[in-house]
Amino acid sequence: MTAAAKISVVGLDAWYGTHQVLRRINMAVQDRRVTAIIGPSGCGKSTFIRTLNRMHELVDGGIVKGQVLYDGEDIYDKSVDPVLLRRRVGMVFQKPNPFPTMSVRENVLAGLRLTSALKRSDADMVVERALRQAALWEEVKEVLDKPGSSLSGGQQQRLCIARALAVEPDVILMDEPCSALDPIATARIEDLIHSLKENYAIVIVTHNMQQAARVSDETGFFLMGELVEFSDTNKIFTSPKDQRTEEYITGKFG
Amino acid sequence: MTRHTDKEYEAELRDLRETILVMAGRCEEMIENSIRALVDRDSDLANKTIAADHTVNRDELRIDELCFLILAKRQPVASDLRFITQALKMANEMERISDLAVNISERALLLNKEPQLKPYIDVPRMKELVQKMVRNAIDAFVSGEVDKAYEVIKQDDEVDALYQAITRELLKVMTRDIEAVERGIHIQSVAKFLERMADHSENLAEQVIFMIKGKDVRNTDLPESDAS
Repeated sequence: MTAAAKISVVGLDAWYGTHQVLRRINMAVQDRRVTAIIGPSGCGKSTFIRTLNRMHELVDGGIVKGQVLYDGEDIYDKSVDPVLLRRRVGMVFQKPNPFPTMSVRENVLAGLRLTSALKRSDADMVVERALRQAALWEEVKEVLDKPGSSLSGGQQQRLCIARALAVEPDVILMDEPCSALDPIATARIEDLIHSLKENYAIVIVTHNMQQAARVSDETGFFLMGELVEFSDTNKIFTSPKDQRTEEYITGKFG
Repeated sequence: MTRHTDKEYEAELRDLRETILVMAGRCEEMIENSIRALVDRDSDLANKTIAADHTVNRDELRIDELCFLILAKRQPVASDLRFITQALKMANEMERISDLAVNISERALLLNKEPQLKPYIDVPRMKELVQKMVRNAIDAFVSGEVDKAYEVIKQDDEVDALYQAITRELLKVMTRDIEAVERGIHIQSVAKFLERMADHSENLAEQVIFMIKGKDVRNTDLPESDAS
């Protein structure tokens, strides 16, 4: 916790209309580390990661108060352009969502096309680099012009990761990225997370506690909108401090 | 105590907990009977104690199997994980304690064939202490009262002191009387077996402390660099 955090969340509250979903959250996301967010359904974990790239405010009635400091700068400051912010803080969703009519290549480039024009040779380079980083290149290099939706579920999810990586972010937010995948595709994504950690800060929301235990360095446990415990992952899964964390991870809840 | 949502898992953990308690009970009984066989010169009881070891061995196998299945099926974490890993170790400690009760019973059989060298005073005292240690460790395991487990660690020093007193006294007897040497050696061995039982009981207590608190208290007297 001593090194400067990539993202510092300070006294964060969030609402859907009048319903408060996050209360006084304080948390630091370190660079080149994996931070896992766990907690039961409705605890606010998905809302929480959506506050980290200003996606929560896109929802009807989505309100955020408090600070999210990205490299020390408040992302909710008036001067910050949310579109540019989301290039720096990319997101991968629960269900693989490649654009169905676009080719594999165009899917990777989709984020870049929104903000800049690209030469063909540069585009090829970006596509190969992003697909290699997403550990997908070898599997798709012959089918770059086929629709993204023709790939398997696990490949589609890695395609979405490649799309997020193509815009060269610093932080990757993953919202249950493996919940629709089989164990082998899941293992590939987890292996990918390990290698991406060398270059990015990763925040992953997961319902699978063993996944949190396997991939993350730090884990935060959310319950009813509060961050109950945030600590070293090894500590959380061997001797958590808070009784509520203990009960949740050992399966004694509700 | 909050229960697991999955009732079958809850039942598996309860089964494991009960098997440990049953095994501990048998162990305590073996300690009692091995020393009684010696003090009361009851060779039948010594033979029964030797035969009982086999049941304790079966308990250990059963505990290993339960832990193995829970690890494979449930991927336990936090207090459950500490419980399972320590249960494996506890079963091993208790199995060793019962082996030592067998060793004592074997010496009792030999000593019961000879005239009694001297009245047994410190040996039964040592036995009382060892039994108390096992009982306290298991009580802490059941109740979660960590203080009882810490008490066990302290009691080990008392056992060591008694062991040394017995050894010194036997040395005196054996140096005076060559006829006493063979019996003296057997009694000394009995004291040594009790002393080792106490060490295993101390391990049990350390395992229970880890289970309750998540704190490893083994070798805490070592310098930092060695202990880590």
